[in-house]
Amino acid sequence: MALISIKDLTLGYDRMIVAEGINFEVNAGDYLCIVGENGSGKSTLMKTLLHLQDPMGGKITVGDGLKADEIGYLPQQTMVQRDFPASVWEIVLSGCQSHMGLRPFYTKEEKQIALENMKHMGILEFRKRCYRELSGGQQQRVLLARALCATRKVLLLDEPVSGLDPKVTAEMYELIKELNDSGITIIMISHDIHAAAKYSSHVLHIGKEIFFGTKEEYVNSDEGRFFLSKEGGDLA
Amino acid sequence: MMDKLMFYYSYSFVRYSFIVGVLIALSSSLLGVTLVLKRFSYIGDGLSHVAFGAMAVASVLKLTNQTLLILPVTVICAILLLRNGQKAMIKGDAAIAMLSVGALAFGYLLMNVFSTSSNISGDVCSTLFGSMSILTLTKGEVIICAILSTVVVVMFVILYNKIFAVTFDEDFSRATGVKADGYNLMIAIMIAAIIVVSMNLVGSLLISALVIFPAISAMRLFRSFMSVTIFSVILSVVCAFSGMVFSVLAGTPVGSTIVAADVLAFVVIYVISVIKGGA
Repeated sequence: MALISIKDLTLGYDRMIVAEGINFEVNAGDYLCIVGENGSGKSTLMKTLLHLQDPMGGKITVGDGLKADEIGYLPQQTMVQRDFPASVWEIVLSGCQSHMGLRPFYTKEEKQIALENMKHMGILEFRKRCYRELSGGQQQRVLLARALCATRKVLLLDEPVSGLDPKVTAEMYELIKELNDSGITIIMISHDIHAAAKYSSHVLHIGKEIFFGTKEEYVNSDEGRFFLSKEGGDLA
Repeated sequence: MMDKLMFYYSYSFVRYSFIVGVLIALSSSLLGVTLVLKRFSYIGDGLSHVAFGAMAVASVLKLTNQTLLILPVTVICAILLLRNGQKAMIKGDAAIAMLSVGALAFGYLLMNVFSTSSNISGDVCSTLFGSMSILTLTKGEVIICAILSTVVVVMFVILYNKIFAVTFDEDFSRATGVKADGYNLMIAIMIAAIIVVSMNLVGSLLISALVIFPAISAMRLFRSFMSVTIFSVILSVVCAFSGMVFSVLAGTPVGSTIVAADVLAFVVIYVISVIKGGA
């Protein structure tokens, strides 16, 4: 059974339909890239997958031992975070909240998990630093470490490389690939269709035409060929 | 001068009012950072006007214990405002403006029409800007202030990690299964409780200062949530204590003296942070 299966999903808000007829499946270990133009409903789809918003129609089922709130999430930066006084340690540790329920304080094990994830993301030396003083790439690593504290199963990444320079972007993609190789299922929203073609195992293209299939099928499909041939392949 | 202070301290009610002042300052500064960062500071302001309206109703009804009416009304309004802010049926800020100005107008109207007191403007003034002197607090008010602020402090300590998570990234918390709505509700209730206790000390117009100034000052100097929280509590308590001492000695109104101390501390810290940043 698939981790997440989406049947006939209709997306929208305020009774406005943004996209409809979306069908796809995510299996354990997949690396799914969701691509599409601005306004095609990528962010709405992500919010719906995270249960931040109700779908207008269709069905989302999670299975294979995955609980609805076991999806880790790497959000885009918000205004609040830009002037938030918080140390890296505090932020990473807050990822453990997801399985704490009503228990007020962190246990030793949870602190250990946070430390390991920081080590893994290469940000251990920054743990006492203030989040807002870090570079964009370092901030993304902090948020990745936090997401890993919340779950080891599925990570949903929303434009993880936006605003990063090319070198850091490449490092970020490698890091995500490593996570995927270690068995974590990745769902990534991206503008960067070339990265999708390079790293992912499956592609979901939403827009006027909806395409879902493996990367190989996408590269050979009409949509894929069209967008990949556009200069830079950047949909933005 | 010392003699005068010692003379006052020999009375137990003076000592009690100092304890209450410190407790209020402590609890009111705790949520400052969250309020500022969640853009809730205007909600605090609106709620304080609601509390004023409720107090006017309570005094017209001649309730012996006004807090019993003010607290529930303020808590309900806090919950409504927070819900409204999220659903944005009427634009959040407009709703708060409507509620707060409406409450102010009705409060003053009621006090004028029904009051039997010979000194209405004095009553209104002390509701808006706090008692002339902290020494005029009744024993009942002192006890309620002490209980409420202790409850707020205990709640804050227990919920500290949740408040951090929900303030820093509400969507992430929600997506990973944290009951963000519940914690927002708790935050709203705590804000309402803080406003009700602070009202006795600084009056309804000056409450926001007590909540926001220490937090903003601390945010200029410190870099982690924990250190900002701890420093803003210390700063708030120091300012409240020195403000109370000054007001006893110089005979100034206690609320505005404390707020003046908070503003002064902010200016000093602002200058320090600019010098440090420039060096």
